[in-house]
Amino acid sequence: MDAQAAEEAAHGGATSLPNPMHQFEIKRLIPLELFGFDTSFTNSALFMVIAATLITLFTIYAMWGGKLVPTRLQSVAEISYEFIANMVRDNVGTSGMQYFPFIFTLFMFVLALNMLGMMPYSFTVTSHIIVTFALAAFIFLAVTAIGFWKHGIGFLKFFVPAGVPAVMLPLLVVIEVISYLTRPLSLSVRLFANMMAGHTMLKVFGAFVVALGLLGGWAPLAFMVGFTGLEILVAFLQAYVFAILTCIYLNDALHMHH
Amino acid sequence: MDPSAAKLIGAGLASIALVGAGVGIGTIFGNYLQGALRNPSAAPGQFANLLLGFALAEATGLFGLVVALIILFVF
Repeated sequence: MDAQAAEEAAHGGATSLPNPMHQFEIKRLIPLELFGFDTSFTNSALFMVIAATLITLFTIYAMWGGKLVPTRLQSVAEISYEFIANMVRDNVGTSGMQYFPFIFTLFMFVLALNMLGMMPYSFTVTSHIIVTFALAAFIFLAVTAIGFWKHGIGFLKFFVPAGVPAVMLPLLVVIEVISYLTRPLSLSVRLFANMMAGHTMLKVFGAFVVALGLLGGWAPLAFMVGFTGLEILVAFLQAYVFAILTCIYLNDALHMHH
Repeated sequence: MDPSAAKLIGAGLASIALVGAGVGIGTIFGNYLQGALRNPSAAPGQFANLLLGFALAEATGLFGLVVALIILFVF
């Protein structure tokens, strides 16, 4: 496909609707190759840098010279701190508070990436499964390591449900191990599929608005406003679910509860 | 049958998995409302579980959607 045909497929030619998958394309902004690996600075990397910078600047600026009676910006930072602190305390207990900085960073990072993706013409980093899988795989490996570090080889008892007849055990242990091993997959696919499906849907309905024109486009435009609100809710909800599931996995490793 | 037609039919069939997600999300929110109207004072304490159940139910349906997208764009 030559450049003009690709451009037409992306933004809709004279006859066809625009390709809803074009928004997920990764572009190399600064081509770079290190040790035979493609380590280019891409638009995905750019948005991760923007998200990390925004969170850092926001928390530092909001808490600069913290007052007893907080200003508006300071209360936003305090509310987000307390929101995650309560979540960790409720789900992991006070012994889990040493992992609070990680959970807070994780939540703010995923939330910032999801919300940045809601801006028109921006790029949604979390709509790529490799990004979410890298996050989920790191969480899975770290949580498993914490479990073995806390309980030693006794952590394997986690896969043996209590109070089950011995006849059923061989089957149930296999099911438990499989359900444990699918955790990184389900954690990453949940976030990635939600973000990708949502943004594809927005693009498809956005194309309807343009295709129906000035006379017929108002009905899909009203839907678009509603869907955009729904997507902002989903962006927050998925960051919340990602963080709370990390808490639950951490609780399993620390206390071996079912 | 033309292989590309079979591909499109397969992708359509894979998205039927989202029926299950719809049923699951409806059950969760319906039962939450039912419980909340019977005992409103206990409702806020279960809001986190509501969102968690919603996310878990939605994810199983989205696995089907991912299969559909893989059929469409990978093969």
